[in-house]
Amino acid sequence: MRNKAAKWYQMSGAEGDVVISTRVRLARNLSGVPFPANLSQERKLEVAKKARDAIKATKKADEFDFLDMGNIEARDALSMVERHLISPEFSKSGKGSALLLKKDESVSIMINEEDHFRIQVMCPGLDLDGAYRIADEIDDLLDSQVQFAFDDRLGYLTQCPTNLGTGMRASIMLHLPALHERGAIQQLANTVSKLGLTIRGLYGEGSKPEGAIYQLSNQVTLGISEQAAIENLKGIAAQIIREERNAREQLRLNPRFEDRVWRSLGLLQTARMMSHDEFMSLISNLRVGVALGIVDGISLDTISELINDAQPATIMAAARRDMDPSERDVERAKMVRTRLGAKN
Amino acid sequence: MMLCQHCGKNVATTFIKKTINGETTQSHLCSECAAELGYDSMFNSFGFDFGNFWGSLFAEPAKKSLSDAVRCEGCGHSFSEIVESGKAGCPSCYTTFYDRLLPSIQRIHGKTGHTGKVPTGASDKLKKDKELERLRAELAKCIAAQQYEKCAELRDRIRELEKEDR
Repeated sequence: MRNKAAKWYQMSGAEGDVVISTRVRLARNLSGVPFPANLSQERKLEVAKKARDAIKATKKADEFDFLDMGNIEARDALSMVERHLISPEFSKSGKGSALLLKKDESVSIMINEEDHFRIQVMCPGLDLDGAYRIADEIDDLLDSQVQFAFDDRLGYLTQCPTNLGTGMRASIMLHLPALHERGAIQQLANTVSKLGLTIRGLYGEGSKPEGAIYQLSNQVTLGISEQAAIENLKGIAAQIIREERNAREQLRLNPRFEDRVWRSLGLLQTARMMSHDEFMSLISNLRVGVALGIVDGISLDTISELINDAQPATIMAAARRDMDPSERDVERAKMVRTRLGAKN
Repeated sequence: MMLCQHCGKNVATTFIKKTINGETTQSHLCSECAAELGYDSMFNSFGFDFGNFWGSLFAEPAKKSLSDAVRCEGCGHSFSEIVESGKAGCPSCYTTFYDRLLPSIQRIHGKTGHTGKVPTGASDKLKKDKELERLRAELAKCIAAQQYEKCAELRDRIRELEKEDR
């Protein structure tokens, strides 16, 4: 499942102390074809073929792998959910659904999820313009080969009315340990919801904020252009980043905070078994310690990659076998020790 | 001290101000009535279910039989099926049931009328409008940059497109 090419998440990007990554997703459907929920497997395969042929017809063909969801091991599918390449529903979709995946995993096109096509682009750090530009290019490419369902008044037509219009959902993954500790997130959620945005836990709706990682994304897709929605998101993100940095400076004054950073590093470098929950809370402490320059010799890139690779199904996907939780905890602890340069 | 407007017995502790489509209503409630009316969890935006949102706002049981009479040509869905699931069956559902879906679409997004990207398959009129929009923005930039030759060129193209419109 995992090939050796360099991956987008092995790097940190702009505003990397607070922003982990940026994601832009476009929902598109074929004109005159019922949405996937109402399609037979045969017709789903036709839709998948259209997308595959559309990409094949372009010079981008070599950059993509075509994966039939009917032929994918459960742990590989779950690992893709953990890495935000596909949605949880899509991981269970089976035959008829397919994934076009760029080799560096920065672009994925889900075929026959809720909509016929879901184009998704991910970048390290804060880069909404960059991510949108790539998504827009791929959209143009598909547009030149197929006819999209579109209405002058409602824009791109999607199965769920919450995506009508641009069909664009842009999100920023933020590491907000200081605001989290201050208990400021709920208030932030109330404020951003008035501005047509939403903030929630790492794995989307209803999920708990593991490791103080939150997603900020636009909610409104109709009556607002892609550029306006992105500018809106950028403006709010800039304010949140500033607030988080101020709150971190306050934290820095507390001697208990520095102690907690070093204790976290100690556990990460020595533990022989580590659950994912424990890992997330320790790595969150370490990440903010690195970002503040308390700990040096460990890069944010290393931490980003660890957060990605230490997830339960991703550990099993890399080992190409299923494991029980305690076996995974041993593997995780070993991986963490090695990557953080522990001597023994 | 104010009494709850719902039960008229307890002291009102919760003040609710609602603005829906520009119409503002205010109510003072006691905590029990607020909970009963579902206001205790209004800030709990995590896990919000849009399917129910769409459905509950649409609920018009009296009209249900009428709703089922018309079916979408593209997929055979009736209006009430769309309301129950909160999802359209195919792109044509939005044309078939446009007038009845519009109020909830407006409630979800706060506005209607697409202003973003347009695919190549869109109507000529819409594409022309977009092109005009683009040219006018470019013209404004040229004027600011005092590139008068290019301004004249852009102005001619805008006039031409506008003439076609009539």
